[in-house]
Amino acid sequence: MLTWGWMKMLKVENLVVSYGGIEALKGISLEVPKGEIVTLIGANGAGKSTLLRSIVGLVKPQSGKITYEGEDITGRNSQQIVKKGLTLVPEGRRIFPNLTVLENLQIGAYMRTDKDGIEKDIKRMYELFPRLEERSWQMAGTLSGGEQQMLAVGRALLSRPQLLMMDEPSLGLAPLIIKDIFSIMQEINQQGMTILLIEQNANMALKVAHRAYVLETGKITMSGTGAELLENPEIKAAYLGKKKK
Amino acid sequence: MEYFDAIANMSALSFAQHMVNGISLGSLYALIAIGYTMVYGILLMINFAHGDIVMMACYFAFFGITAFHIPWYFTFIITIILTAILGVLIERSAYRPLREAPKNSILISAIGASFLLENLANYLFSGRPMRFPDVPLLSQNISIGGIEIQAICLVIPVVTILSLVVLLHIVNHTKTGMAMRAVSKDYEIARVMGINIDNIISITFIIGSALAAIGAIMYGIRYPGITPMMGVMPGLKCFIAAVIGGIGNIKGAVLGGFILGLGEILIVAFFPDLSGYRDAFAFIVLIVILFYKPTGLLGEKTTEKV
Repeated sequence: MLTWGWMKMLKVENLVVSYGGIEALKGISLEVPKGEIVTLIGANGAGKSTLLRSIVGLVKPQSGKITYEGEDITGRNSQQIVKKGLTLVPEGRRIFPNLTVLENLQIGAYMRTDKDGIEKDIKRMYELFPRLEERSWQMAGTLSGGEQQMLAVGRALLSRPQLLMMDEPSLGLAPLIIKDIFSIMQEINQQGMTILLIEQNANMALKVAHRAYVLETGKITMSGTGAELLENPEIKAAYLGKKKK
Repeated sequence: MEYFDAIANMSALSFAQHMVNGISLGSLYALIAIGYTMVYGILLMINFAHGDIVMMACYFAFFGITAFHIPWYFTFIITIILTAILGVLIERSAYRPLREAPKNSILISAIGASFLLENLANYLFSGRPMRFPDVPLLSQNISIGGIEIQAICLVIPVVTILSLVVLLHIVNHTKTGMAMRAVSKDYEIARVMGINIDNIISITFIIGSALAAIGAIMYGIRYPGITPMMGVMPGLKCFIAAVIGGIGNIKGAVLGGFILGLGEILIVAFFPDLSGYRDAFAFIVLIVILFYKPTGLLGEKTTEKV
């Protein structure tokens, strides 16, 4: 098996995170290789969002190590971390409702100084999501859920990340829109973006993922390729709503 | 009926006089109220020391002119800079260490900062009222069309509007302003966008304090008696102005400032008997407006996320 360090874009080792004495993550390890879609599935409260929050520096881990492109980023502040090329599409989208659609995209490029490049990228986003262009001057808070999710993805992409982390992009969206979001995700991945996807919708996530981990109450209980887990009888029973044969 | 009699008995001239007074007082309230509303917008806290920042600005200007004999226009610029620094110092020492603490702690700290400034001023400058120096041109009375007004009364609204235009430009059309608006809605995600929250908060305090200094200088020229406690009542009223306008909303703060300033002057003008209740007016307006519109006149409905 190939586990050379340089191939792993992101590496999490024995990460422990606790909130007020309660351990949300009990020593988890995972790896995200360059160019792949890696998914982490698990039920509500399993600690999925906590993992992403600690990777981007919003939560300080108790112990363990997070390495990005060979560099230890454990416990750094968010500003330093996102500067390295990680970005987060947060759970519940959390676009800035009091900013226009255009401003939400611009703020995604907050750390960039190449004005022409930013403008080009905004144009690209508008090609990717034509709905957003129509609503360019609208306050983002007035968008529908699906449009807000597109905006959140666009905003994240505007920082020109190398690693895109998505937290429950399907949450609260209609099936048709979920499909759209997932196909866009695959498209971006084919253009070379590494994606760490966190999902409750295990079926969708496992279908697009190259590699998958299952998180249960703070521990990784299973891992494998997306296809492997899709076929796994325990996964089928617990996450895909199909009976064990 | 009394109300109509009062209006009937008032000549057009004296009404104009009162309007000028009211507008200039309202402008001053507006300038100071902006500081409350901006800090609230970003930190969700009431900066109780803001009124005392106004007081300190008056003393800076007073000593610049009387003790150091710096020309008044230089003094005013230095005053604005010093006051902005003072605002940032208060934020760094009293509020920043409590960033992660419960909201009540930071509120108590703000009250502490307020008391500290008042007592420090009392100790350093003595409690004896001092007279804000006369400024050439601005302090003089001029008569226009039969009404006698102090020149500063004409300058105050103009300076206020200019300040507001510049402020709204910064907030709505610059990268920093965009970051300020983002931080005011979502701290964490703003951080993930790479925004340095501490810098944005400092900038907010710089702007709020600079506007307070501009207001303080004009206040000093208009109402020249300065004391260590002079910031308390205007501070309170401007806080109320920010609340009735819808706290967190800059235009609301300006609207609230004008309502209180104009209202206060006109009440006294129409009902001289009630002049003793002049300060109570602000509180009555507050109660009435919050009764009908709990989020203030221009405030948005907020749903607190649990």
